[in-house]
Amino acid sequence: MEAWSTAAEIAEAVAQGRTSAIAVTEAALARIKERNGVLNAFTAVTAERALAKARAVDAARAAGRPLGPLAGVPFAVKNLFDVAGLPTLAGSKINRTRAAATVDAPLITRLESAGAVLLGALNMGEYAYDFTGENVHDGPSRNPHDTGRMTGGSSGGSGGSVAGGLVPIALGSDTNGSIRVPSSFCGLFGLKPTYGRLTRARTFPFVASLDHLGPLARSARDLALAYDAMQGPDVEDPVCTTRLPEPALPTLGKGIGELRIAVAGGYFERGAGPEVIQAMSLVSQELKANDIIELPEVARARAAAFVITTSEGGALHLDRLRTRAGDFDPATRDRLIAGAMVPASLVTKAQKFRRWYRAQVLQLFERYDAILAPATPMTAPKLGQQTMMLDGAEVPLRANIGIYTQPISFIGLPVVCVPLPLRPLPIGVQVIAAPWREDIALRIAHHLERAQVAQAPRPPL
Amino acid sequence: MSEIDDKALEAYIKAAAAALGVPIEDAWMPSIRANLAVSLRLANIVADFELPDESEPAPVFEA
Repeated sequence: MEAWSTAAEIAEAVAQGRTSAIAVTEAALARIKERNGVLNAFTAVTAERALAKARAVDAARAAGRPLGPLAGVPFAVKNLFDVAGLPTLAGSKINRTRAAATVDAPLITRLESAGAVLLGALNMGEYAYDFTGENVHDGPSRNPHDTGRMTGGSSGGSGGSVAGGLVPIALGSDTNGSIRVPSSFCGLFGLKPTYGRLTRARTFPFVASLDHLGPLARSARDLALAYDAMQGPDVEDPVCTTRLPEPALPTLGKGIGELRIAVAGGYFERGAGPEVIQAMSLVSQELKANDIIELPEVARARAAAFVITTSEGGALHLDRLRTRAGDFDPATRDRLIAGAMVPASLVTKAQKFRRWYRAQVLQLFERYDAILAPATPMTAPKLGQQTMMLDGAEVPLRANIGIYTQPISFIGLPVVCVPLPLRPLPIGVQVIAAPWREDIALRIAHHLERAQVAQAPRPPL
Repeated sequence: MSEIDDKALEAYIKAAAAALGVPIEDAWMPSIRANLAVSLRLANIVADFELPDESEPAPVFEA
Protein backbone atom coordinates (compact mmCIF):
# COMPACT_ATOMS: atom_id res chain seq x y z
CA MET A 1 0.00 0.00 0.00
CA GLU A 2 1.18 3.53 -0.56
CA ALA A 3 0.52 6.90 1.04
CA TRP A 4 -2.48 7.68 -1.13
CA SER A 5 -4.33 4.38 -0.69
CA THR A 6 -7.83 4.91 0.61
CA ALA A 7 -9.10 3.31 3.80
CA ALA A 8 -11.34 1.04 1.70
CA GLU A 9 -8.34 -0.16 -0.34
CA ILE A 10 -6.22 -0.77 2.77
CA ALA A 11 -8.97 -2.70 4.57
CA GLU A 12 -9.58 -4.88 1.50
CA ALA A 13 -5.86 -5.60 1.05
CA VAL A 14 -5.48 -6.51 4.73
CA ALA A 15 -8.58 -8.73 4.64
CA GLN A 16 -7.29 -10.53 1.53
CA GLY A 17 -3.80 -10.93 2.95
CA ARG A 18 -2.18 -8.86 0.19
CA THR A 19 -0.61 -6.79 2.94
CA SER A 20 -0.60 -6.86 6.73
CA ALA A 21 -1.82 -4.36 9.27
CA ILE A 22 1.68 -4.18 10.71
CA ALA A 23 3.19 -3.29 7.32
CA VAL A 24 0.56 -0.58 6.78
CA THR A 25 1.14 0.80 10.28
CA GLU A 26 4.94 0.82 9.98
CA ALA A 27 4.70 2.61 6.64
CA ALA A 28 2.36 5.24 8.11
CA LEU A 29 4.68 5.76 11.09
CA ALA A 30 7.59 6.22 8.68
CA ARG A 31 5.64 8.83 6.70
CA ILE A 32 4.81 10.72 9.89
CA LYS A 33 8.49 10.70 10.84
CA GLU A 34 9.45 11.99 7.42
CA ARG A 35 6.78 14.65 6.87
CA ASN A 36 5.48 15.80 10.23
CA GLY A 37 8.44 18.11 10.79
CA VAL A 38 7.09 20.23 7.95
CA LEU A 39 3.35 19.64 8.21
CA ASN A 40 3.20 19.87 12.03
CA ALA A 41 0.00 17.84 11.99
CA PHE A 42 0.69 15.41 14.84
CA THR A 43 1.24 16.61 18.42
CA ALA A 44 1.56 13.04 19.75
CA VAL A 45 2.31 9.77 17.95
CA THR A 46 1.06 6.62 19.69
CA ALA A 47 3.49 4.26 17.93
CA GLU A 48 3.59 1.44 20.49
CA ARG A 49 -0.14 1.36 20.81
CA ALA A 50 -0.55 1.38 17.03
CA LEU A 51 1.89 -1.48 16.51
CA ALA A 52 0.16 -3.55 19.21
CA LYS A 53 -3.24 -2.95 17.61
CA ALA A 54 -1.90 -3.81 14.15
CA ARG A 55 -0.42 -7.08 15.46
CA ALA A 56 -3.81 -7.91 17.00
CA VAL A 57 -5.53 -7.34 13.63
CA ASP A 58 -3.00 -9.59 11.88
CA ALA A 59 -3.38 -12.25 14.59
CA ALA A 60 -7.16 -12.16 14.17
CA ARG A 61 -6.81 -12.76 10.45
CA ALA A 62 -4.30 -15.56 11.00
CA ALA A 63 -6.75 -17.21 13.40
CA GLY A 64 -9.54 -16.94 10.82
CA ARG A 65 -11.58 -14.54 12.93
CA PRO A 66 -13.75 -12.00 11.06
CA LEU A 67 -12.11 -8.63 10.42
CA GLY A 68 -13.90 -5.30 10.71
CA PRO A 69 -14.57 -3.00 7.74
CA LEU A 70 -11.59 -0.81 8.71
CA ALA A 71 -9.10 -3.61 9.36
CA GLY A 72 -5.60 -2.18 9.56
CA VAL A 73 -6.64 1.35 8.52
CA PRO A 74 -4.51 4.03 10.21
CA PHE A 75 -6.32 7.05 11.65
CA ALA A 76 -5.64 9.97 13.99
CA VAL A 77 -7.76 12.35 16.06
CA LYS A 78 -7.81 16.06 16.80
CA ASN A 79 -6.17 16.49 20.20
CA LEU A 80 -9.45 17.34 21.92
CA PHE A 81 -10.39 13.63 21.87
CA ASP A 82 -9.48 11.68 25.01
CA VAL A 83 -6.72 9.21 24.15
CA ALA A 84 -5.80 6.91 27.04
CA GLY A 85 -2.36 7.87 28.29
CA LEU A 86 -2.34 11.41 26.88
CA PRO A 87 -3.53 14.68 28.42
CA THR A 88 -6.38 16.07 26.28
CA LEU A 89 -4.79 19.31 25.07
CA ALA A 90 -7.57 20.84 22.99
CA GLY A 91 -4.80 22.92 21.44
CA SER A 92 -4.04 24.70 24.71
CA LYS A 93 -1.04 25.21 26.97
CA ILE A 94 -3.24 25.10 30.06
CA ASN A 95 -4.49 21.54 29.50
CA ARG A 96 -0.91 20.20 29.38
CA THR A 97 -0.98 19.94 33.16
CA ARG A 98 -4.18 17.87 33.19
CA ALA A 99 -3.94 14.23 34.13
CA ALA A 100 -3.67 11.87 31.19
CA ALA A 101 -6.96 10.43 30.01
CA THR A 102 -7.51 6.90 31.28
CA VAL A 103 -10.15 5.88 28.73
CA ASP A 104 -10.44 6.62 25.00
CA ALA A 105 -13.27 8.70 23.56
CA PRO A 106 -16.02 6.32 22.36
CA LEU A 107 -15.58 7.30 18.71
CA ILE A 108 -11.98 6.03 18.92
CA THR A 109 -13.19 2.81 20.54
CA ARG A 110 -15.79 2.35 17.80
CA LEU A 111 -13.27 2.86 14.98
CA GLU A 112 -10.84 0.46 16.66
CA SER A 113 -13.63 -2.08 17.05
CA ALA A 114 -13.96 -1.92 13.26
CA GLY A 115 -10.27 -2.74 12.98
CA ALA A 116 -8.78 0.75 12.59
CA VAL A 117 -5.42 1.62 14.13
CA LEU A 118 -4.97 4.87 16.08
CA LEU A 119 -1.66 6.59 15.27
CA GLY A 120 -1.91 9.67 17.46
CA ALA A 121 -3.33 13.09 18.28
CA LEU A 122 -3.43 16.10 15.96
CA ASN A 123 -2.69 19.82 16.15
CA MET A 124 -5.63 22.24 16.39
CA GLY A 125 -6.49 25.86 17.06
CA GLU A 126 -6.59 26.69 20.77
CA TYR A 127 -9.76 25.37 22.41
CA ALA A 128 -11.26 25.08 18.90
CA TYR A 129 -12.03 28.82 18.79
CA ASP A 130 -10.31 29.14 15.42
CA PHE A 131 -10.70 28.92 11.65
CA THR A 132 -6.99 29.09 10.68
CA GLY A 133 -5.23 26.00 12.07
CA GLU A 134 -2.59 28.27 13.60
CA ASN A 135 -1.53 27.64 17.18
CA VAL A 136 0.85 29.79 19.25
CA HIS A 137 1.84 26.91 21.53
CA ASP A 138 2.48 24.13 18.99
CA GLY A 139 3.11 26.18 15.86
CA PRO A 140 0.79 26.23 12.85
CA SER A 141 -0.57 23.22 11.03
CA ARG A 142 0.78 23.57 7.49
CA ASN A 143 -1.19 23.00 4.30
CA PRO A 144 0.35 20.13 2.28
CA HIS A 145 -0.59 21.90 -0.98
CA ASP A 146 1.52 24.93 -0.01
CA THR A 147 3.28 24.74 3.34
CA GLY A 148 3.33 28.54 3.56
CA ARG A 149 -0.45 28.48 3.78
CA MET A 150 -3.06 27.69 6.41
CA THR A 151 -4.72 24.31 6.71
CA GLY A 152 -7.82 26.02 8.01
CA GLY A 153 -9.12 25.22 11.45
CA SER A 154 -9.72 24.51 14.00
CA SER A 155 -9.18 20.86 12.93
CA GLY A 156 -5.92 21.90 11.25
CA GLY A 157 -3.85 18.79 11.93
CA SER A 158 -6.81 16.67 10.82
CA GLY A 159 -6.72 18.42 7.43
CA GLY A 160 -2.92 18.37 7.12
CA SER A 161 -2.51 14.72 8.14
CA VAL A 162 -5.03 13.40 5.59
CA ALA A 163 -4.14 15.77 2.72
CA GLY A 164 -0.44 15.10 3.37
CA GLY A 165 -0.88 11.34 3.02
CA LEU A 166 0.03 10.53 6.64
CA VAL A 167 -3.28 8.78 7.36
CA PRO A 168 -6.37 8.13 5.21
CA ILE A 169 -8.86 9.15 7.93
CA ALA A 170 -8.78 11.74 10.72
CA LEU A 171 -11.45 12.83 13.17
CA GLY A 172 -12.18 16.47 13.83
CA SER A 173 -14.79 18.63 15.49
CA ASP A 174 -17.01 21.26 13.90
CA THR A 175 -18.81 23.95 15.90
CA ASN A 176 -19.02 26.62 13.19
CA GLY A 177 -17.04 25.03 10.34
CA SER A 178 -13.96 23.42 11.89
CA ILE A 179 -14.25 20.23 9.78
CA ARG A 180 -15.53 21.92 6.61
CA VAL A 181 -12.99 24.77 6.53
CA PRO A 182 -9.89 22.50 6.66
CA SER A 183 -11.59 20.18 4.16
CA SER A 184 -11.98 23.12 1.80
CA PHE A 185 -8.46 24.52 2.25
CA CYS A 186 -6.75 21.10 2.17
CA GLY A 187 -8.86 19.58 -0.64
CA LEU A 188 -10.57 16.81 1.34
CA PHE A 189 -13.95 15.20 1.82
CA GLY A 190 -15.28 16.12 5.27
CA LEU A 191 -18.48 15.05 6.99
CA LYS A 192 -20.17 17.15 9.63
CA PRO A 193 -23.07 14.90 10.59
CA THR A 194 -26.43 15.97 12.00
CA TYR A 195 -26.18 17.60 15.44
CA GLY A 196 -26.51 14.76 17.93
CA ARG A 197 -25.71 11.97 15.47
CA LEU A 198 -22.27 11.01 16.82
CA THR A 199 -21.46 10.88 20.52
CA ARG A 200 -19.22 13.66 21.82
CA ALA A 201 -18.46 11.89 25.10
CA ARG A 202 -14.88 12.22 26.34
CA THR A 203 -13.95 15.02 24.03
CA PHE A 204 -13.07 18.52 25.24
CA PRO A 205 -16.07 20.73 24.46
CA PHE A 206 -16.28 24.24 23.05
CA VAL A 207 -19.94 25.23 22.54
CA ALA A 208 -22.34 22.56 23.80
CA SER A 209 -25.18 23.98 21.68
CA LEU A 210 -23.22 23.64 18.43
CA ASP A 211 -20.44 21.05 18.83
CA HIS A 212 -20.28 18.17 16.34
CA LEU A 213 -17.65 15.48 15.64
CA GLY A 214 -16.93 13.84 12.30
CA PRO A 215 -14.36 12.40 9.86
CA LEU A 216 -12.14 13.87 7.13
CA ALA A 217 -10.90 11.62 4.31
CA ARG A 218 -9.73 11.54 0.69
CA SER A 219 -12.88 9.83 -0.62
CA ALA A 220 -16.60 9.84 0.05
CA ARG A 221 -16.50 6.06 0.57
CA ASP A 222 -13.95 6.43 3.35
CA LEU A 223 -16.17 9.02 5.03
CA ALA A 224 -19.09 6.59 4.89
CA LEU A 225 -16.96 3.70 6.22
CA ALA A 226 -15.80 5.73 9.23
CA TYR A 227 -19.21 7.34 9.80
CA ASP A 228 -21.07 4.01 9.79
CA ALA A 229 -18.58 2.55 12.26
CA MET A 230 -19.08 5.46 14.67
CA GLN A 231 -22.89 5.66 14.78
CA GLY A 232 -24.96 4.53 17.73
CA PRO A 233 -26.50 5.89 20.92
CA ASP A 234 -24.44 6.81 23.98
CA VAL A 235 -25.94 7.75 27.33
CA GLU A 236 -22.76 9.65 28.18
CA ASP A 237 -23.63 12.42 25.70
CA PRO A 238 -27.07 13.87 26.52
CA VAL A 239 -27.29 15.30 22.99
CA CYS A 240 -26.54 11.99 21.25
CA THR A 241 -29.54 10.58 19.41
CA THR A 242 -31.29 7.41 20.49
CA ARG A 243 -32.01 6.60 16.84
CA LEU A 244 -30.57 3.32 15.71
CA PRO A 245 -27.61 3.54 13.32
CA GLU A 246 -28.63 4.37 9.75
CA PRO A 247 -25.70 3.16 7.63
CA ALA A 248 -24.81 5.27 4.60
CA LEU A 249 -22.59 2.75 2.81
CA PRO A 250 -25.40 0.52 1.38
CA THR A 251 -26.85 3.41 -0.69
CA LEU A 252 -23.58 5.22 -1.46
CA GLY A 253 -23.49 4.12 -5.10
CA LYS A 254 -27.18 4.68 -5.76
CA GLY A 255 -26.52 7.77 -7.88
CA ILE A 256 -28.47 11.01 -7.85
CA GLY A 257 -31.37 10.01 -10.14
CA GLU A 258 -34.42 11.26 -8.29
CA LEU A 259 -32.75 13.74 -5.95
CA ARG A 260 -33.91 17.36 -6.07
CA ILE A 261 -30.92 19.63 -5.56
CA ALA A 262 -30.91 23.42 -5.24
CA VAL A 263 -28.19 26.06 -5.00
CA ALA A 264 -28.10 28.55 -2.12
CA GLY A 265 -27.91 32.05 -3.60
CA GLY A 266 -28.06 35.58 -2.20
CA TYR A 267 -25.92 35.63 0.94
CA PHE A 268 -23.84 32.73 -0.39
CA GLU A 269 -23.00 34.60 -3.60
CA ARG A 270 -21.90 37.80 -1.91
CA GLY A 271 -18.18 37.94 -1.24
CA ALA A 272 -17.50 34.78 -3.23
CA GLY A 273 -14.10 34.85 -4.91
CA PRO A 274 -13.56 33.61 -8.50
CA GLU A 275 -12.54 30.12 -7.30
CA VAL A 276 -15.78 29.86 -5.32
CA ILE A 277 -17.85 30.81 -8.35
CA GLN A 278 -15.98 28.28 -10.52
CA ALA A 279 -16.39 25.51 -7.94
CA MET A 280 -20.10 26.15 -7.49
CA SER A 281 -20.60 26.21 -11.24
CA LEU A 282 -18.82 22.87 -11.79
CA VAL A 283 -20.79 21.14 -9.04
CA SER A 284 -24.19 22.56 -9.91
CA GLN A 285 -23.71 21.71 -13.60
CA GLU A 286 -22.82 18.09 -12.84
CA LEU A 287 -25.80 17.77 -10.50
CA LYS A 288 -28.14 19.69 -12.84
CA ALA A 289 -29.05 21.90 -9.89
CA ASN A 290 -30.75 24.80 -11.64
CA ASP A 291 -32.95 26.21 -8.87
CA ILE A 292 -31.39 29.04 -6.87
CA ILE A 293 -32.98 29.52 -3.46
CA GLU A 294 -32.41 31.86 -0.54
CA LEU A 295 -32.12 30.70 3.03
CA PRO A 296 -34.32 33.00 5.13
CA GLU A 297 -32.55 35.52 7.39
CA VAL A 298 -29.26 33.75 6.86
CA ALA A 299 -27.07 36.71 7.88
CA ARG A 300 -28.95 36.84 11.17
CA ALA A 301 -28.41 33.10 11.58
CA ARG A 302 -24.68 33.58 11.20
CA ALA A 303 -24.82 36.43 13.74
CA ALA A 304 -26.74 34.28 16.22
CA ALA A 305 -24.23 31.42 15.84
CA PHE A 306 -21.42 33.90 16.53
CA VAL A 307 -23.13 35.17 19.70
CA ILE A 308 -23.98 31.72 21.11
CA THR A 309 -20.43 30.59 20.37
CA THR A 310 -18.67 33.42 22.11
CA SER A 311 -21.01 33.33 25.09
CA GLU A 312 -20.89 29.57 25.71
CA GLY A 313 -17.13 29.59 25.04
CA GLY A 314 -16.68 32.39 27.59
CA ALA A 315 -18.74 30.50 30.15
CA LEU A 316 -16.81 27.25 29.58
CA HIS A 317 -13.46 28.93 30.21
CA LEU A 318 -14.50 31.42 32.93
CA ASP A 319 -12.51 29.77 35.72
CA ARG A 320 -9.39 29.54 33.56
CA LEU A 321 -9.81 33.20 32.56
CA ARG A 322 -9.92 34.07 36.26
CA THR A 323 -6.81 32.15 37.23
CA ARG A 324 -4.66 31.45 34.16
CA ALA A 325 -5.45 34.21 31.68
CA GLY A 326 -1.75 34.62 30.88
CA ASP A 327 -1.50 31.05 29.61
CA PHE A 328 -4.02 31.49 26.77
CA ASP A 329 -3.13 32.63 23.29
CA PRO A 330 -3.86 36.37 23.83
CA ALA A 331 -6.22 36.43 20.84
CA THR A 332 -8.27 33.51 22.21
CA ARG A 333 -8.23 35.02 25.69
CA ASP A 334 -9.65 38.36 24.58
CA ARG A 335 -12.40 36.70 22.52
CA LEU A 336 -13.38 34.50 25.46
CA ILE A 337 -13.35 37.36 28.00
CA ALA A 338 -15.57 39.41 25.70
CA GLY A 339 -17.78 36.34 25.22
CA ALA A 340 -18.27 35.94 28.96
CA MET A 341 -19.60 39.52 29.06
CA VAL A 342 -22.34 39.22 26.43
CA PRO A 343 -25.64 39.81 28.25
CA ALA A 344 -27.67 36.65 28.83
CA SER A 345 -30.78 38.39 27.47
CA LEU A 346 -29.16 38.66 24.05
CA VAL A 347 -27.96 35.04 24.10
CA THR A 348 -31.47 33.82 24.92
CA LYS A 349 -32.79 35.84 21.98
CA ALA A 350 -30.25 34.10 19.74
CA GLN A 351 -31.44 30.68 20.97
CA LYS A 352 -35.05 31.67 20.27
CA PHE A 353 -34.10 32.82 16.80
CA ARG A 354 -32.36 29.51 16.25
CA ARG A 355 -35.63 27.57 16.63
CA TRP A 356 -37.44 29.96 14.28
CA TYR A 357 -34.71 29.71 11.65
CA ARG A 358 -34.66 25.91 11.89
CA ALA A 359 -38.39 25.73 11.15
CA GLN A 360 -37.99 28.01 8.13
CA VAL A 361 -35.06 26.09 6.65
CA LEU A 362 -36.76 22.72 7.21
CA GLN A 363 -39.57 23.93 4.95
CA LEU A 364 -37.03 24.18 2.12
CA PHE A 365 -36.27 20.49 2.56
CA GLU A 366 -39.89 19.67 1.70
CA ARG A 367 -39.01 20.81 -1.84
CA TYR A 368 -35.37 19.77 -2.04
CA ASP A 369 -33.28 16.82 -0.91
CA ALA A 370 -30.06 18.78 -0.83
CA ILE A 371 -28.79 22.35 -1.02
CA LEU A 372 -25.37 23.36 -2.37
CA ALA A 373 -23.36 26.22 -0.89
CA PRO A 374 -19.71 27.25 -0.95
CA ALA A 375 -17.63 26.12 2.04
CA THR A 376 -15.22 29.04 2.28
CA PRO A 377 -15.10 32.45 0.58
CA MET A 378 -11.51 31.79 -0.58
CA THR A 379 -8.79 29.16 -1.00
CA ALA A 380 -6.19 28.69 1.76
CA PRO A 381 -4.80 32.04 2.97
CA LYS A 382 -1.11 32.53 3.78
CA LEU A 383 0.05 31.72 7.32
CA GLY A 384 -0.12 34.84 9.44
CA GLN A 385 -2.52 36.62 7.09
CA GLN A 386 -4.77 38.96 9.11
CA THR A 387 -7.20 40.44 6.62
CA MET A 388 -9.07 39.44 3.47
CA MET A 389 -11.07 41.11 0.74
CA LEU A 390 -14.80 40.49 0.99
CA ASP A 391 -17.28 42.23 -1.29
CA GLY A 392 -14.60 44.77 -2.21
CA ALA A 393 -13.79 45.69 1.41
CA GLU A 394 -10.80 44.67 3.53
CA VAL A 395 -12.13 42.80 6.57
CA PRO A 396 -10.53 40.73 9.39
CA LEU A 397 -9.73 37.26 8.07
CA ARG A 398 -10.38 34.99 11.08
CA ALA A 399 -13.98 35.89 11.75
CA ASN A 400 -14.97 35.82 8.09
CA ILE A 401 -13.55 32.45 7.00
CA GLY A 402 -16.68 30.79 8.40
CA ILE A 403 -19.39 32.99 6.94
CA TYR A 404 -20.71 30.17 4.71
CA THR A 405 -20.40 27.32 7.20
CA GLN A 406 -21.81 28.99 10.33
CA PRO A 407 -25.45 29.37 9.22
CA ILE A 408 -25.60 25.63 8.43
CA SER A 409 -24.10 24.10 11.58
CA PHE A 410 -26.18 26.63 13.55
CA ILE A 411 -29.17 24.32 13.05
CA GLY A 412 -27.23 21.08 12.95
CA LEU A 413 -27.82 20.13 9.31
CA PRO A 414 -25.61 17.31 7.97
CA VAL A 415 -23.04 18.44 5.41
CA VAL A 416 -20.45 16.75 3.25
CA CYS A 417 -17.76 19.18 2.12
CA VAL A 418 -16.53 18.02 -1.30
CA PRO A 419 -13.15 19.12 -2.70
CA LEU A 420 -12.75 20.69 -6.14
CA PRO A 421 -9.20 20.10 -7.38
CA LEU A 422 -8.73 23.60 -8.78
CA ARG A 423 -5.24 24.98 -9.45
CA PRO A 424 -3.17 26.20 -7.77
CA LEU A 425 -5.25 25.42 -4.66
CA PRO A 426 -8.33 23.29 -3.97
CA ILE A 427 -11.60 24.59 -2.53
CA GLY A 428 -14.68 22.94 -1.07
CA VAL A 429 -18.41 23.00 -1.72
CA GLN A 430 -20.97 22.12 0.96
CA VAL A 431 -23.55 19.46 0.09
CA ILE A 432 -26.23 20.09 2.73
CA ALA A 433 -29.04 17.64 3.49
CA ALA A 434 -32.06 17.53 5.81
CA PRO A 435 -31.48 16.40 9.40
CA TRP A 436 -30.56 12.69 9.66
CA ARG A 437 -30.00 12.39 5.89
CA GLU A 438 -26.22 12.08 5.88
CA ASP A 439 -26.82 9.23 3.42
CA ILE A 440 -28.07 11.69 0.78
CA ALA A 441 -25.14 14.09 1.19
CA LEU A 442 -22.70 11.17 0.97
CA ARG A 443 -24.44 9.77 -2.15
CA ILE A 444 -24.10 13.12 -3.89
CA ALA A 445 -20.45 13.43 -2.81
CA HIS A 446 -19.73 9.94 -4.14
CA HIS A 447 -21.46 10.77 -7.43
CA LEU A 448 -19.36 13.94 -7.82
CA GLU A 449 -16.23 11.91 -7.12
CA ARG A 450 -17.10 9.25 -9.69
CA ALA A 451 -17.80 12.01 -12.22
CA GLN A 452 -14.31 13.37 -11.39
CA VAL A 453 -15.76 16.76 -10.50
CA ALA A 454 -14.83 16.33 -6.83
CA GLN A 455 -11.42 14.86 -6.04
CA ALA A 456 -8.91 15.10 -3.24
CA PRO A 457 -5.81 16.31 -5.13
CA ARG A 458 -2.35 14.98 -4.27
CA PRO A 459 -0.06 17.72 -3.02
CA PRO A 460 3.46 18.20 -4.43
CA LEU A 461 5.30 16.57 -1.51
CA MET B 1 -30.57 49.57 19.13
CA SER B 2 -27.90 52.23 18.79
CA GLU B 3 -24.26 51.25 19.16
CA ILE B 4 -22.57 51.83 22.46
CA ASP B 5 -19.58 54.23 22.37
CA ASP B 6 -16.04 53.13 23.28
CA LYS B 7 -16.01 54.90 26.64
CA ALA B 8 -19.30 53.41 27.76
CA LEU B 9 -18.22 49.98 26.52
CA GLU B 10 -14.96 50.18 28.47
CA ALA B 11 -16.88 51.11 31.61
CA TYR B 12 -19.17 48.13 31.02
CA ILE B 13 -16.17 45.81 30.52
CA LYS B 14 -14.53 47.01 33.75
CA ALA B 15 -17.77 46.51 35.68
CA ALA B 16 -18.44 43.12 34.11
CA ALA B 17 -14.85 42.01 34.79
CA ALA B 18 -15.32 42.91 38.45
CA ALA B 19 -18.70 41.18 38.59
CA LEU B 20 -17.30 38.03 36.97
CA GLY B 21 -14.05 38.07 38.95
CA VAL B 22 -11.93 38.12 35.80
CA PRO B 23 -8.86 40.34 36.25
CA ILE B 24 -8.00 42.18 33.03
CA GLU B 25 -4.89 44.15 32.21
CA ASP B 26 -5.10 47.58 30.57
CA ALA B 27 -3.22 46.31 27.53
CA TRP B 28 -5.99 43.80 26.82
CA MET B 29 -8.75 46.43 26.77
CA PRO B 30 -8.64 47.45 23.07
CA SER B 31 -8.89 43.86 21.91
CA ILE B 32 -11.60 42.88 24.41
CA ARG B 33 -13.53 46.02 23.49
CA ALA B 34 -13.24 45.30 19.76
CA ASN B 35 -14.43 41.71 20.26
CA LEU B 36 -17.32 42.70 22.49
CA ALA B 37 -18.37 45.49 20.11
CA VAL B 38 -18.66 42.95 17.27
CA SER B 39 -20.58 40.50 19.48
CA LEU B 40 -23.01 43.18 20.66
CA ARG B 41 -23.54 44.45 17.12
CA LEU B 42 -24.33 40.95 15.90
CA ALA B 43 -26.41 40.11 18.98
CA ASN B 44 -28.54 43.20 18.41
CA ILE B 45 -29.06 42.28 14.75
CA VAL B 46 -30.55 39.03 16.04
CA ALA B 47 -32.48 40.70 18.86
CA ASP B 48 -34.06 43.20 16.45
CA PHE B 49 -35.83 40.31 14.72
CA GLU B 50 -39.32 40.19 16.15
CA LEU B 51 -40.48 36.88 17.56
CA PRO B 52 -43.61 36.15 19.59
CA ASP B 53 -43.31 35.98 23.39
CA GLU B 54 -44.30 32.33 23.19
CA SER B 55 -41.36 31.32 21.01
CA GLU B 56 -39.17 28.68 22.64
CA PRO B 57 -35.37 28.76 22.66
CA ALA B 58 -33.71 25.98 20.66
CA PRO B 59 -32.28 23.79 23.47
CA VAL B 60 -34.86 21.51 25.05
CA PHE B 61 -34.19 19.96 28.44
CA GLU B 62 -35.75 16.60 29.17
CA ALA B 63 -36.33 15.77 32.83
